[in-house]
Amino acid sequence: MTNTTETMNNDVTGPTPGQILWSKILGHRGLMFGSIVLLIIIVMAIFAPLLSPHDPYHQDLMARIIPPVWDARGSWDHILGTDHLGRDYLSRLLYGARISLAIGGVAAIISGVIGTCMGVAAGYFGGRVDNCVTFLINVRLAMPVVLVALAVVAVFGGSLQVVIIVLGLLLWDRFAVVMRSATLQLRSMEYVTAAKAIGCSTKRIIFSEIMPNIANNLIVIVTLEMAHAILLEAALSFLGLGVQPPTPSWGLMVSEGKQMLLFEPWMISIPGVALFILVLAINLLGDGLRDVSAPENRN
Amino acid sequence: MENILSVRGLKVDIPLAAGTLHAVRGIDFEVRRGETLCVVGESGSGKSLTSLAIMGLLPKQAQRSADRLDFAGVDLQHASNRDMRKLRGDRISMIFQEPMTSLNPAYTIGDQLTEALLLHRKVGKAAARNRAIELLEKVGITAAASRMKQYPHQLSGGLRQRVMIAMALMCEPDLIIADEPTTALDVTIQAQILRLLKDLQRELNMAMILITHDLGVVARVADKVAIMYAGEMVEAGTVNEVFTEPRHPYTRGLLRCIPVPGRTKAGEHLGSIPGIVPSLIGNMPGCAFRSRCDEAIPACAADIPKRLSSSGHLYRCVHDYGPLSSLSSSSGLQAKSGEA
Amino acid sequence: MSVPVLELENVSKTFSIKQGIFGKRKELKAVDHLNLSLEKGEVLGLVGESGCGKSTLARILLGLESPTQGRVLVDGEDITTRDRSYLARRIQPIFQDPYSSLNPRKTIADIISLPLRVHKVGASRDWDKQTSDILDVVGLPQRVLRSYPSQLSGGQRQRVAIARALIMKPEIVICDEPTSALDVSVQSQILNLLSDLRDELGLTYLFISHNLAVVEHLATRVAVMYLGRIVEEAKASALFAGPDHPYTSALLESVLTPDPSLGVPDTQLGAVFPNPINPPSGCHFHPRCPKVMDICSQKAPEMVLRDGKRIECHLFAPEAVSA
Ligand SMILES: Nc1ncnc2c1ncn2[C@@H]1O[C@H](COP(=O)(O)OP(=O)(O)O)[C@@H](O)[C@H]1O
Ligand SMILES: Nc1ncnc2c1ncn2[C@@H]1O[C@H](COP(=O)(O)OP(=O)(O)O)[C@@H](O)[C@H]1O
Ligand SMILES: [Mg+2]
Ligand SMILES: [Mg+2]
Repeated sequence: MTNTTETMNNDVTGPTPGQILWSKILGHRGLMFGSIVLLIIIVMAIFAPLLSPHDPYHQDLMARIIPPVWDARGSWDHILGTDHLGRDYLSRLLYGARISLAIGGVAAIISGVIGTCMGVAAGYFGGRVDNCVTFLINVRLAMPVVLVALAVVAVFGGSLQVVIIVLGLLLWDRFAVVMRSATLQLRSMEYVTAAKAIGCSTKRIIFSEIMPNIANNLIVIVTLEMAHAILLEAALSFLGLGVQPPTPSWGLMVSEGKQMLLFEPWMISIPGVALFILVLAINLLGDGLRDVSAPENRN
Repeated sequence: MENILSVRGLKVDIPLAAGTLHAVRGIDFEVRRGETLCVVGESGSGKSLTSLAIMGLLPKQAQRSADRLDFAGVDLQHASNRDMRKLRGDRISMIFQEPMTSLNPAYTIGDQLTEALLLHRKVGKAAARNRAIELLEKVGITAAASRMKQYPHQLSGGLRQRVMIAMALMCEPDLIIADEPTTALDVTIQAQILRLLKDLQRELNMAMILITHDLGVVARVADKVAIMYAGEMVEAGTVNEVFTEPRHPYTRGLLRCIPVPGRTKAGEHLGSIPGIVPSLIGNMPGCAFRSRCDEAIPACAADIPKRLSSSGHLYRCVHDYGPLSSLSSSSGLQAKSGEA
Repeated sequence: MSVPVLELENVSKTFSIKQGIFGKRKELKAVDHLNLSLEKGEVLGLVGESGCGKSTLARILLGLESPTQGRVLVDGEDITTRDRSYLARRIQPIFQDPYSSLNPRKTIADIISLPLRVHKVGASRDWDKQTSDILDVVGLPQRVLRSYPSQLSGGQRQRVAIARALIMKPEIVICDEPTSALDVSVQSQILNLLSDLRDELGLTYLFISHNLAVVEHLATRVAVMYLGRIVEEAKASALFAGPDHPYTSALLESVLTPDPSLGVPDTQLGAVFPNPINPPSGCHFHPRCPKVMDICSQKAPEMVLRDGKRIECHLFAPEAVSA
């Protein structure tokens, strides 16, 4: 070809976007800390049946309220002690992690699917769809989450499924808002126009041109909403309107421990600290992801 | 004529994770009163950082060093922040490429125009307002009094750039630095803005540094030209010298790249410079242009001599492209600066 | 001359704009009763100031925007009767900004082969071969295939965009300011490439630019656009030798050739590009026109044919010329 004389001879420079992302992730302390802690908690939850020394539901009224090992009255048989019904605290804590993670994860996924569909549709199609979604977001923002959740749980009764569904249906607002503005920005990018000119279907444009570019934002919000859902579940369970006994939920454990607050403060602080560490880890992960996925400069 | 700005060995370094980015690698130039210096180069060649280094407005992480950085008798290297603030907007003003980002959207044109004057000079509000209106009229804005109450977003790009120029002139500065002032504008508006800048410069006898990548603009407005490549000044001289007797292979390459009605034949191949600008990170011994140069020889990797004519035409290349005829070109300079 | 491959018949595009939250809807005529045709093998340069409707016109030709009025014909047939896939195989775009025209999350191979995958052209095992062949055509090394857009320079990205446009072997390429965002040394490479490709593949270009020097270099015919209308259209050589419309003259004067013996030209154009929502009466150009006459503000000029040129200006109306 005649133009090969003008072929640019220099090499392709620099690392791929994936490599840049990895080096940023590995260099971000908060993100690494959060994800390691979260990973440990997830592993503990998955292997709870193997790790827990006792059956979390087994009551032993002869061994009620035994303090943890570090207390003089404690024993190695119940490392973290037992509760007011004599159930092993460590086992309940491990099984409780399953409940918290399940609720956080599933609620975030449900609301993520709802919010992302609405947000992307609003941003991409604009016009009436956008007006409609914006209205729904405003309606949703005008509803106090805790009160609505309380009311629904009071009507339908508390159970794991009900709590997950209620939270899933209530926490989509942030997804919708962020996905809408992200899509709005991408819609006018020339590569989207180029895809249209190539003749790509709307479905293909949304799934292969737009979604990969908003996935970063999506993951960040998933983590933040997950933490949000876990805290809300704990609050509902604490008020007695969430997961029902004898299921081992951390919120429920805090609630059960509150009668003994003055005499046995470890009963409330152990599940409390667990909750704190889990939420902190998730938030560190989310913030870290937001940092590393911040739009890079063009050059 | 006195030098209003003289710069020797200016360097700007930006420490990055991958190493130090030497964005400006020791450049020299001076500007005299009433004179226009055009700094030309491809994007990334360090033009903007050079201007920001003079203004003392470099990004935080960037480090400036120079053998000499003198503005009208003031040593800018040792000037305090307070002294610099006093100079900026008063004796040196700057015009940026995108006027929308340098005008504050929350204030009216009038507020922003009078601000510098109220800050630097002991004048009353009414006097400042009158001066603002006078300048808006001078930069060709009709109904100036009513424009004073408008906000930046209510103006078109061309009008905003005129407002920026009026703002830069409020205190009658000694030096104007314009960084790509017309790059975002249409050709018709570009011609008007350049004409305006040139007329005002002559009228107020200011010095001007105009940064651009457009050789057409340079040829029409410059008295002196400096060609930058990868943070270095590869050629400098009067506009006639550089355009009629370009010496450095990069300058000659650039001039061959642009289509010129009447000179390049329609449909014929334009000249081109293959390759891209090398990475500016780390030390770069020898000529930075050698990877893209047709005339490169092994000696290009060693130290590059500076070749200088008596009239001040300078280029840096291992090749000696014959004696520089200083006669014809220096007379051109006198003609141009004589009318200023 | 042969049949036009692409034709605009009396095409208008009106946007309805809302000013402020509670503002009234207003009409913006981005393209105004426009007639234009593109013949096989020619390069039609389209010039005009920003906001005059060039990109809107390009989008209409690409079928991305439907005209409010009028018809777009491809090979003499209305494009509304044709499906997207047919259009995509005939007409492809190259855009201005090589940074936003490539999806940052995809490899160059994915970007270039997307049209093949979308339209399932030929056997899928041939796609890799076609993709690497087209790289040779646009002068890119094979090793870019597995890299991402952020790893390429501006000029290389623009070559990728050209490769993506050409892989379907279209006949017509719409270039919307393809070199405006590039440095001069890269611009010349892309212009050379475009002109080589035209010779080798027999392409037809609509070349949109505000740089008249570039248009003169490449175009065989030039149309000058002002506020949604074509005010002058002629063979490139004729137009650059002697522009008739005062706006064309002003545009030509504004071109800054690198000639240090000339100063900055005085175009005598008023500063303001008119607000397209509220265009001036009569001839839209009259408030800025150095040769304005009484009639200009009252009556819109008719199109006249004169020495093979098409002009819309009262100076050249039959009665004015004869008088
Ligand atoms: N804040 C910054 N951080 C890191 N690098 C920078 C920064 N500003 C500029 N640079 C780099 O310095 C070089 C010169 O930049 P600049 O002076 O803006 O070039 P020009 O104005 O000639 O296009 C470029 O390679 C650019 O990437
Ligand atoms: N989608 C749109 N909605 C409303 N107005 C638009 C839209 N696209 C373009 N316009 C308007 O149409 C006019 C022509 O725009 P455009 O075709 O982009 O001009 P050019 O490409 O010549 O700069 C401009 O005034 C612009 O604001
Ligand atoms: Mg710059
Ligand atoms: Mg455009």
